[in-house]
Amino acid sequence: MAERTMTITDETGVHARPATILVNKAGGFKSDIQLAYNGKSVNLKSIMGVMSLGIPQGAEITISAEGDDAEEAVNTIAETIKSEGLGE
Amino acid sequence: MSMINGIAASNGIAIAKAYHLAVPDLSFDKTTVANAEEEISRLDAALEISKKELEKIRENARVSLGDEHAEIFSAHLLVLADPELINPVKDNIRNNNINAEAALDETATMFIDMFRSMDNEYMKERAADIQDVTKRVMAHLLQVSFPDPALIDEEVIIIAEDLTPSDTAQLNKQFVKGFTTDIGGRTSHSAIMARSLEIPAVVGTKSITSSAANDVMIIVDGMEGTVIIDPTEDELATYKAKQEAFEQQKQEWAKLKNEPTITTDGVHVELVANIGTPEDVTGVQNNGGEGVGLYRTEFLYMGKSELPSEDEQFESYKAVLENMGDKPVVVRTLDIGGDKELSYLQLPKEMNPFLGYRAIRLCLERDDIFRVQLRALLRASVYGNLKIMFPMIATLEEFRQAKAILLEEKDKLVADGVSVSDSIEIGIMVEIPSTAVAAKQFAKEVDFFSVGTNDLIQYTMAADRMNERVSYLYQPYHPAILNLVHNVIEAAHAEGKWAGMCGEMAGDAIAIPLLLGLGLDEFSMSATSILPARTQITKLSKADMQELSQQALTLSTADEVEQLVRQKTGQ
Repeated sequence: MAERTMTITDETGVHARPATILVNKAGGFKSDIQLAYNGKSVNLKSIMGVMSLGIPQGAEITISAEGDDAEEAVNTIAETIKSEGLGE
Repeated sequence: MSMINGIAASNGIAIAKAYHLAVPDLSFDKTTVANAEEEISRLDAALEISKKELEKIRENARVSLGDEHAEIFSAHLLVLADPELINPVKDNIRNNNINAEAALDETATMFIDMFRSMDNEYMKERAADIQDVTKRVMAHLLQVSFPDPALIDEEVIIIAEDLTPSDTAQLNKQFVKGFTTDIGGRTSHSAIMARSLEIPAVVGTKSITSSAANDVMIIVDGMEGTVIIDPTEDELATYKAKQEAFEQQKQEWAKLKNEPTITTDGVHVELVANIGTPEDVTGVQNNGGEGVGLYRTEFLYMGKSELPSEDEQFESYKAVLENMGDKPVVVRTLDIGGDKELSYLQLPKEMNPFLGYRAIRLCLERDDIFRVQLRALLRASVYGNLKIMFPMIATLEEFRQAKAILLEEKDKLVADGVSVSDSIEIGIMVEIPSTAVAAKQFAKEVDFFSVGTNDLIQYTMAADRMNERVSYLYQPYHPAILNLVHNVIEAAHAEGKWAGMCGEMAGDAIAIPLLLGLGLDEFSMSATSILPARTQITKLSKADMQELSQQALTLSTADEVEQLVRQKTGQ
């Protein structure tokens, strides 16, 4: 299992546009990928799950994956969060 | 004829036949199916057609609205493929042998309710997105035709309970002259899209779908927020004239976008905008703003669970300053407390919030909060033309104390080797009568004044502007207000300082001639008011307006002042 904790810096938090990008990325992996915030964990391949967390700016989030490509999945998602200016 | 009031969502006048964008009957019975796998194939087929349609709509949106607005359909496509939606629906069909319609409805309703119950406006609006997507799938399951605004081929005004993003994206501007809906507000999808399509719209009428029959003539006045059903000949003529005037005006306004604001006798005044977030800068630029006269920083603090960090604030301030280039940006330090609450600060409830512990009063006591903001501002100062303004200043001691804290933080940063601009002007909001009266003393120490009229009027008239029963006392043209404003401007000029205004009044067509005459240097208003104001000012002579305003100062009532301005400026 791979895991990474990050902080959301984007002013509007994880709203529709970045959520779409992350879910699309996650969909490319075989592993089960979870996104956790504020004690709640959702399937990162689910747009509604991700949106339902209502992640605001300043939030600490954890991405975890389990499966053959878990390591790569977490790295890719983390990279995307950084390159989209969503968090660090 | 009859008239219905709603919320003005997008400027302009539309006159055309009503076209009901009817939602098809999507009612169904919950039934038991013999073959669950067949039912799942039926669902997959409906999902597949919906997906193809949405891809097409996204493409149309890209062409007619731009990439940014098309993005929402990428999210819609993901909803169609969402495992948390599709898997439970399929499981439900398999395990309980129910029809696809019932299974889809059950899961979708759960998600819609969940989003609706979130206490965040943005998330609430997402419920509409899920509804939009599931309705389309449902229509295909039931094999009923889904409304297709792309098929409209004559001039119409669309009437609907609400317009979904996919409806709006399919509107053809050539035929759709405007729209009006029962629900929605100024920030709902339909309203935002109407403004980017530049078609007049009135939303939130509550009753338009039940009041206007198909094909009846209607008028949508997107400026006043009214809809007229079956207008008389006279009304038609009036609104056609208003429509033409608006179109002409728009062309005239556009010409002035990159022009300075100069009176007929050669005096330059600055027209700047009020903003709340870095995103608002686009609107300032599109409307020819010469700077930002009021950046309300409280939005950085609202809608979250803790105070924004210095870095977060720095990024926002830097973004605004960089995007505005060398144009001035007046940032108002935190104006919170009283009626604007921050749950995480746990401020005590007050009997008189507007007269209570708020703005600079709070910042001076909680200087831990204040210093973070000032440091972020100082660090951002090298990226543009920053001016810092303290709100709710009642006494000189408050200003001196706030300025001392600012300079302390500046020294600390400089000592740490951080570069800070040396030309930051430090000014105050004038919104408390004591400050307006004692402006002369303040002017010796501040770099500028900005009159916050919304509060100045309510404090001067002792009338809560939120209380409808005393709202008649909210009188911007009252000679008492004009005399206070006059005093502030005179005091500033006597010390070689400048005076601006950042309340609603600065963009008001009756107030503008008076303010110009009183010598106001900077007018800060909502971005969309800038071009109309510029058009008005370039036709006025400052000398004439001086005469007018001197006369206004001596009048007895707000009504007399308004009459005088109307008479002298032909409004």
